[in-house]
Order: sequence, then structure tokens, then C-alpha cells
Amino acid sequence: MLTGAYVARPSPLHHLPAGGKLAALAVACTGLLMVRTPAGVGVATAAVAGLYVVGRIRPAEAWAQVRPLRWFVAAILTVQLLITDVPAAISLTARIVLAVALAGLVTLTTRTTDLMAAMERALRPLRRLGVDPARVALLMSLAIRSVPVVAGIARRVRDAQRARGQERSIRAFAVPLVVGVLRHADTLGEALQARGMDD
Amino acid sequence: MDKVNHAYDERRVLRDVQVTLTERRVAVIGANGSGKSTFARLLNGLVVPDDGEVRVNGLSTRTDGAAVRRQVGFVFTDPDAQIVMPTVAEDVAFSLRRRKLSRDDTARLVAEHLDTFGLGGHADHPAHLLSGGQKQLLALCSILVTQPQVLVCDEPTTLLDLANSRRITELLAGLSQQIVLVTHDLDAVLSYERVLVFADGTIVYDGPPADAVKQYRMMITGT
Repeated sequence: MLTGAYVARPSPLHHLPAGGKLAALAVACTGLLMVRTPAGVGVATAAVAGLYVVGRIRPAEAWAQVRPLRWFVAAILTVQLLITDVPAAISLTARIVLAVALAGLVTLTTRTTDLMAAMERALRPLRRLGVDPARVALLMSLAIRSVPVVAGIARRVRDAQRARGQERSIRAFAVPLVVGVLRHADTLGEALQARGMDD
Repeated sequence: MDKVNHAYDERRVLRDVQVTLTERRVAVIGANGSGKSTFARLLNGLVVPDDGEVRVNGLSTRTDGAAVRRQVGFVFTDPDAQIVMPTVAEDVAFSLRRRKLSRDDTARLVAEHLDTFGLGGHADHPAHLLSGGQKQLLALCSILVTQPQVLVCDEPTTLLDLANSRRITELLAGLSQQIVLVTHDLDAVLSYERVLVFADGTIVYDGPPADAVKQYRMMITGT
């Protein structure tokens, strides 16, 4: 979900208000919790696929939303198969994938600025408790923006590991990755200050 | 800058720096660790000096930091650290948040500036998919959309190839803002009006570019 991969297309889903889409996402994910049978999962899958078609999202773009889950899905399916029956294991795993796919559809069809604005509106009542809605919304967009940056740092660290023949060393991967991410966070904070976020 | 001293923990990075920058084009050169970047950060209040005073158009960076930053834009070496929004147009629009413009006015300004920087066709593209040169153009665009009076650039071409480096240098040359450029590109500074040479936290030469470059080369080679 957190790829920040908004794709501009002339679809009805793109024109829906961000707040409405977030609310619908919450309702749909709650609804998915209640789907228990393989037939129900089949219907839900068809519905999600239909929404991707309505949103004019290409198959490769849709796959990119759930692809990062593949190892997690394999692990959870394996565990479920050990502790329950096949239909229940498939049903649970499919519901997780569908929820992520729906969340991905929201980010694919909604600009981050619109999501931020919707989140700011939704969080306004929490001002009385000292929550700054603008800061929370900014935090969300920074998280989205940072995913490809952190992935880039990880890729460079892995390349350096390979170049030095340290492919199997977890420490040789983790230490420079953490240092790189902290350095990025430091500079990002400076950049936010330079761009007037302390006004 | 009035008798400015600054240190990071035990390491003194600037010593008694005293300078007034009135020229439209000022370049800063010097070896790594000579204090150039700290000098640049002092100019828009990202760093507040331990001792001394930095004033921009009469405003102190110590007491009016936010007001100074509204007048002084800052371009970092690594555009990835400066681009804070996921898509190109959103990042430029982010700079306009504090101006409380209408949605239409923001969209118009963003589109105009993206066209000026040759990024009009990339408005809805994820920023991380741009090339290095395009990212630096976007970083510049996001700063200049706020129309700062001064632009401080900390090695903006260091991570770029020759073609993109030239493009950014030419773009900076055409701007109406006062520019303070920190760079290792000795060819780029030749068109500047004034060049400061830094060594060990002090300005060791301050004058016209040709003499400054000659002085710097002598310092490096020892001849």
C-alpha cells in the first residue's frame, strides 16, 4: 500500500472524495472480517477485481500492491494449514490480501494531498486532546515518501555487501541500513525546517 | 555575519567569520570539512551560531528563524532528502501550504512552475522514479515556487552527471534571486561576482573568481 503510486486516470474512482474512499475502505475491511466461506471469499475477490477495473488500474500496477505480501502470505498460509482446515486457511489468507489490495486501490486512485486533507478533517476533533491534525497527516505522507527512499538505501547496502562477499551477514546489512535511514531522517528534518515547517 | 563561531561538540567548524554578502552571485569553495556547508546553513537559520550574529535583511536567524527561512530558500546536495511528497506536483504544492491559496490558484502556480522547469509532463509521476537531474530540478522548483529573495545551494550538482550539472548551473545563472552557491565545481564559479575560499573554518580568500580559484588551487597543490 505504501508506495505512493498515485496513477492519474480518468476513472469514476479517481473522482470520488478521499474521505469517502477512506470511510468505504474501513467499512469494506470490516465487512471482509465477516466473510467466512470460500464462496464469500470468491465474491469478495470478484468485487475487488471489479473495482480495479472500474479504477482503470493495470494488472501490473495491481500486482505491485500485493506483491510485497508474498512471503508473508506463504508463511501465514502454512501456519493456518497446520492449525485449521484448507478452506479456513485459504479464506483467512485471501481476506488479508484483499484488504491490502483495497487499501492499495485507495492510494492508487487518490492524491496524497487529498488523503492528507481528508485525514486532517477527520482528526480535527482531536485538537482538544492536543493532537495536531496537520502534523499527523504530514507524517503519513512522509511515511509514504520514505518507502522508496529506504528501499533505495537497502538496495545500495545489499550491493555493497555483495561486493565485499558479505551476503549472509545480517549485521553487515542491518548496521549500514540503520545508519543510512537515520542519516536520511536527519536531513529530511532539516529539509522540512528549510521549507518552513516550523512556521 | 558578525564574528560567527560554531562547533559541533568538540569540533570547531567556523572561527570568527565576518562577512557581508551584497553581490547577486556569491560562490563558496573549499575542501571537505572546511566549514562551507555550516556557513551555508547559517544563512537561513538551519544552524544558529554558538557565538556571533547572522542577519538577513536585518532579521536575526537567532530570533526570527522562520521569517528568515521565508526569504532564504535552501537547496540540498541530495534531492531525495529534500523531496517530501510522493508525487512531483504534490511536492511543489507542499511549499505553498503556508500561503493559504485556493486549490485552483495552487494548481495553476504548480503547473506554471513545473512547465518552467521542464517537468510539466511529470506532474503526477512518483518523485522517486525521476532521474537524479530531474529530482534536483524538482527540488529547485519546489523552493523557487515560494519566490525567495535569496537562494542558498549546498553542492547542488555533486551527485549529478556532467549534462545535468551544466543544466542546473545554467538554470541558477538565469535566476533573479541573490544566489550563494557552495560548490566543488571550479568552472561554475568563474561567472560569479565574488568567491569565498574556506579553510579550517575561516575565510582565507575573498575576492574575484579567477584569483580565488588560483588561490584555492595553490592551497591544494602547495605550489
